[in-house]
Parts: sequence; structure tokens; C-alpha cells
Amino acid sequence: MAAKLIFGIILTVAAICVVLLVLVVIGGVLAGLLAPFIGNVPISYNFRSIRERWTSTIVAVLGIAGTVGVFVAMLSLARGFKATLVASGSPGNALVMRAGSSSEMMGGITLESVKVVQDAPGVARDSSGPLVTQEVVGVMPFPLISTGTDANVQVRGVSPNVLEIRRFVKMTEGRMFQPGLSELVVGKNASRTYQGLTLGNSVDFAGGHWKIVGVFDAGGSSFDSEVWCDGKLFNQVLHRPENIFQSATVHLASPDSFNTFKDSLTTDPRLNVDVIREIDYYAKQSTVMTRLITILGGFVAAIMAVGAIFGALNTMYSAVSERGREIATMRALGFSTWNVLLSFLFEALLISFAGGILGCLVVLPLNGWTTSTMNFQTFSNIAFAFKITLDLLLLGILFALVMGVLGGFFPAIRAATRPVAVALREL
Amino acid sequence: MKFARIIFANLFRKKVRLMLTIGSFAVALLLFVFLSVVKDAFGRGADVAGADRLVIINRTSIINPIPLSYRDKILRIPGIKAITHNNWFGGIYLDEKNFFPQFVIDPENQRKVFPELMVADDQWDAFLKDRQGAIVGARTAERFHWKIGDRIPIKTTLYGGGSWEFNLVGIYHGKRPQDDETQFWFQWDYFQERLVASQKGNVGWYVLRVENPDDSPRIAKAIDAEFDNSPFETKTETESAFAANWVKQFGNIQFLIVSIGTVVFFTLLLVTGNTMAISVRERTSELAVFKAIGYSDRKILFFVLAESLAIAIIGGALGLLAAIALVPALSKALTGMLPAIILLPRTLILGLILALIVGFASGLLPGLGAMRLRVVNALRRV
Repeated sequence: MAAKLIFGIILTVAAICVVLLVLVVIGGVLAGLLAPFIGNVPISYNFRSIRERWTSTIVAVLGIAGTVGVFVAMLSLARGFKATLVASGSPGNALVMRAGSSSEMMGGITLESVKVVQDAPGVARDSSGPLVTQEVVGVMPFPLISTGTDANVQVRGVSPNVLEIRRFVKMTEGRMFQPGLSELVVGKNASRTYQGLTLGNSVDFAGGHWKIVGVFDAGGSSFDSEVWCDGKLFNQVLHRPENIFQSATVHLASPDSFNTFKDSLTTDPRLNVDVIREIDYYAKQSTVMTRLITILGGFVAAIMAVGAIFGALNTMYSAVSERGREIATMRALGFSTWNVLLSFLFEALLISFAGGILGCLVVLPLNGWTTSTMNFQTFSNIAFAFKITLDLLLLGILFALVMGVLGGFFPAIRAATRPVAVALREL
Repeated sequence: MKFARIIFANLFRKKVRLMLTIGSFAVALLLFVFLSVVKDAFGRGADVAGADRLVIINRTSIINPIPLSYRDKILRIPGIKAITHNNWFGGIYLDEKNFFPQFVIDPENQRKVFPELMVADDQWDAFLKDRQGAIVGARTAERFHWKIGDRIPIKTTLYGGGSWEFNLVGIYHGKRPQDDETQFWFQWDYFQERLVASQKGNVGWYVLRVENPDDSPRIAKAIDAEFDNSPFETKTETESAFAANWVKQFGNIQFLIVSIGTVVFFTLLLVTGNTMAISVRERTSELAVFKAIGYSDRKILFFVLAESLAIAIIGGALGLLAAIALVPALSKALTGMLPAIILLPRTLILGLILALIVGFASGLLPGLGAMRLRVVNALRRV
């Protein structure tokens, strides 16, 4: 009981401290930014001081720039990764696999079952029939352009009408493969990441000779790292039993018809399948990687933030303590404590703002830079790009300003409240 | 050490600043250790690879099998000490989140090929006698609180599906801390028994040990040549090449970690260098007095360097202590996602050396400046 009470008190005190700190930071940022407009703050002194002590200023700016750069880069990496994995697939599509399968690779579905799926309610149709693609997946080694070593590329045997089902996939170069021919279409990231996967080229794998006839764009999803070919042909080449596929993906008449579709399949005694929205399936396939990146990124960002505050505090502290006499002189001349405080906050914010901008500018070229990694859950390689968006940049600059206030506030208070006589006497 | 008092007095001149600088060092070192253990974990496979081991996989795709019948043909090639074969089982224990690798093993030979994964002899004998027996790595056993004698159900959708029951008869331990202690092994015969006829007789991959590591390229070539143009062509590599390739598939993690580390150290150098420079500037006249009463230039340089090195050592040591305390938490947070996160002594030593280098570098410029100080000018400055 007593332990609980103490714990509760500690928690309350901690919460109050955090709230106070946040208030100080917000107030500091606002006050610092408004400094030139309120009171008679000696701003021109700050500008001259920055110019006079340019080495210290550059060090402070670079220190903050480094931290902000790493911070923004980490966030953009996590964001790009999530955009690729989590946003793959469409809510208007449903994936059918053998019941209990954790991934397509573990699945198995016979042609008879696919026929039942085709006739289920809720499946969209066009002039050629129901929009269902029954698929075979495999991982094939292709050398990475970057290192020359093999990476496992997901090769997907699909139905020829797959573009009608995954409508977010568009051919950007060349054409779709022709059913029955050894032709490949490759995702745009696959084409960029692995050797030999360019339009017009031919590659050998799984004992076949394949010609690349098209490149497709799947909107940055994980399909962009895949290679697609005719499913029936792929099954033969892999020496897998005929008429067994690993999964079937259907385009639903509308995203709302998912439940009707799912219920009709799961209650059908001829079938033993799981039905899941395509977009949910891909989110699930990446849970491990997403968690890994979140945990690693969180640890690094937390340590970096603490380190950055130490660094900023140190720089600002040194800057202030170095000019104790100047501050005292200003106060002796009649500037109020409040004005001196504002003036130092302004300087800290100016420096950290410059650092924030510089840090953002330095990492900006990373935007769109594609790298690849392996998804543990599917053993296949996925390319993804750094995504630097405006809000990340703003977040980076905000981070810089917060560090500036934290770093400048306490030294400024100290500077502004020291007795003038003591400070002036100091050598 | 007769100057210890001067150095001490200088260190504590500005206590807040001292604490901040030490704090910066500690945080940077913590980050360094953190990044290195993660980098080590990603590269673990290549780190533990046996120099005398070869891995044989299906050339078409790593997920395609190789027939068991190839075993005898492989053994005909001279220079092979032992061979074992494994299959990836890919089952689920209770929930998908509880991932750990399950391997079907050749019970006669697994120990000969992986001697570093040690099992007590009586446990191994029990394993051989029990068809449903299983041996598990110490980390996985600890993670699920398994004890010898437990019955463990593992669900699978492959291989006819259903829940497979195993008797836990042994726990293996790695010889080195970095050995993988997460695998779950069970018997080839039990595996075969439950398969339909068309799936029988296929292994996932072979691992073999050669008599002499220098022979590896010849043996690898001979194996691949033997099965050229067969329905199951093979690809034979040394275990370290295989593992290195695996590591490379994680992409530029190495590059990312190294660049983050570099940025952090550069920033740290700037901050401490600047602090030292300011603290030296502050006492220009003091230093001039020292010089005027006869201290040599070298002694002055020594004072400044000793101060910055002392800060580096204290800060670095604090950071390393924090790392020692935090790494187990990280390891726990990442269970099942990455191989074991281990803090090796070499990481700690490397961290301390880095701290010393930064400390030295940040003290050097201000120290040299102080050394070159001309007494007359310095004393004239107010």
C-alpha cells in the first residue's frame, strides 16, 4: 500500500514536471520568437555577438544540424518502410489462403477451390469473367546491383488479368506478359535494385529463359520489388503439382462486400480457407519488421534527443558564461532582467533555427533514395525509399527550436539574475 | 602526479559545464555501444560461421528442396569429415508472435557438424531414443519457460498441417556467447513419418564439414559439378559466404549505422572542442601567469590535455556503465526479431578508445593555442 502511494506521488510529481517543462518550452519558443517586438530587447547586441564569436556560433549550428539531420533521416526511413509494407494491397481486394496459413508461401489452394471462389457473391466481374487471380509465389536469387551478391527476389506467378484486379498497378514501360510465354514484367524497384531486370533483357532462373517485356509501377508498395510472370507456367517450371496455387486474390464488387464474400467462403463446406483483406495481409506480413524498426528507431532517437539537449545546453551555457561581464554591463546600463533573458532566448532560437534548417537541407537529398532489406517473415527482399515530407522537416525544425530553448533558457536565467556587482568584478 | 591538484581545480571550476560535458560523452558512448550491438546482431551469422563448413542449397531457390539421395553421392567426394541435413519447419508455437526457427535435423550427424552447440551426452542419448524428442536452444527454452520433460505442440500448415507434439528431452548451449541459442531441433524420422509420399525424401539444405578448410573451394566445385544438369542443381558455398550474403540482404544497415555513428561523433567533437576552447580562453591570464613564473609550454599543453582526457574517461565510463545496464532491456525488447544482442568486451574497449581519441582531439587545439600564448600579450589583455 505504502509502495503504491509513493509510486503514485512520484508519478504525479513527474507528470507535473513534464507539464511544466512543456509549458516552459512553448513559452520560451513564443517569447524568443517575439523578442524583437516586445520591450526594448537589445537584439542588435545578439547579432553583433554572433558575428564576433563566429567560431562558437558555427559549432553550435553544426551540432544542432547534425542532431536534426539524424533525427529526420531516421523518421523518414521508418516512414518510407511503413509506406512500402503496410500500404501494399488495396482494401477493395481480398486474399484467400488455406486456413491457418500465416503467409502465402505456406498456403495451398486447388483449382477446384478457386472455381468456388470465382462464383462467390461479392466478386467483381468484367466482360472476361470474374476478377480473380490465382497465384504461385517463389523466391529466386538475383544479384543486387549494389553489392553483386544474390538476394531473394519474390517471383509471383499471376493470372493474365491481374492488372484488372490490382488496379493500382500500372505498366509504365513495355507491355504485359502474354499467357503461356516465358515473359516477365518487373516492378520498378526490382528493375532498379537487381542486375539484369531491365526492359528487353533476358534472364535465366528456375531452369527457364525469360524475357523482360514490361516494367510496372505499383505505387511504392512491396509489389514494386517483385517480378511477375504467368502463374501456370511458373508452376510447371518449379515442378510443383499442377492446379495447386498458393493464394487467390479477388477484386471485390465494392470494398463493403468483403463480409458477404468472406462469410460465403468460410461457411462453404467444400472449402477450408481464410479470407483477409489484401491490405491487412500485407500489414500483418510486416509486423516484425515494423516493430523492429520502431524499437530500434525509438531507442536511437531517444538517446540522440538526450545527447542533443546536453550538447545544446553545453554550447549555450558556455556562450553565456563566457560573457558574464557583458551581460552585467548591459544590466548596469539599465536593461532589465527580463530583456536580457529574452535577448538570450532569441539568440538561442536563432542559432538552433539555423541548425535545424541546415540539418534538414543536408538530409533532403536522401528523399527518394531507395535501399532494400529482407523481410524476415517472407525471406524476400524488399526495396523501399526514404520519404521526407514537409511535416517531417517541420518536425525537425521544431525539434531544433525545443533544443535551443532548453539549451538557452537556464543559462539565460542564470545570466540575467546574477548580481551585477559580482559579475562585473569577475575577470 | 604532482599536478593533480591543479588539474582537479580546473576541472571543477565550472561544475555545471563539467557535468554537461561528461553527460555528452556518456550519451555518445551509450549510442555507440547501442549501434554496435545492433550491427553485431545483424551480422551475427557471418560472425559465428565455421571456417571449415560448407552449405549446400538448391540452385533454383533457397526454398526448393534437395533429395536425400544426394547425400551418398556427396560423401563420395574426398575430404569431407561429416555431413548433416536440415529442413525448415516454419511452425507456430501458440501464436505467430512466438517466432523461433525449427529445424528438422539428422540426429546421427548434427553434433559432428555443429560441435559448438553443446548438448549433454545423456540428453543426446534420450533424444536418439525418442522419436518425438526435441532439443532446444537455451534462449528459447528460457523465453517460454520450458523444462526438460515438457510436451510442446507446434502448429503447421505445411506438411499435412495440424498440430505436431514434441517431447523436450534436451537443451543446448553455445560454446561462445554469440552462438545462436534459439533453434529448435527434431528428428528427421518423425518428420518423414507424417509426410505424404510425394513430399518424402527431400531435405532443405545440407551442411558439411571438410577435413581442411583450404580444400573448401575444390570440394564446393566438385559438389556443384556432380549435380549439374540434374533436376536439382545445387549451389555450394562456405558457411561464411552464405551468411555474409544473408547479411547483405538486410541492405545498407551497416552503412546507416556507420553514418549515424559518424555524425554523432563529429557533433560530440565539436561540442567538447568548443567547450574546451572556451574554458581555455576564460583563463588566458591565468595561463600567462603560469608561464610567467616558469612553467614550460609543454606543461601548459599537458594541463589542458589532461583535463579533456579526464572528462572523456569519466564520461565514457559512465556511458559504458549505462550501456551495460540498458543492453539487456534492448535484448528483451527485440527477442525473436534479431539474433541475441550481446555486449562483447571488444565493443566496450573500442568505445573507451574512441572516447579517449575524442577527448584528446578536443583538447589538442585549445592546448596548442595555450602553448603558443605570448605572455606579454596575454597579460595585457584584460
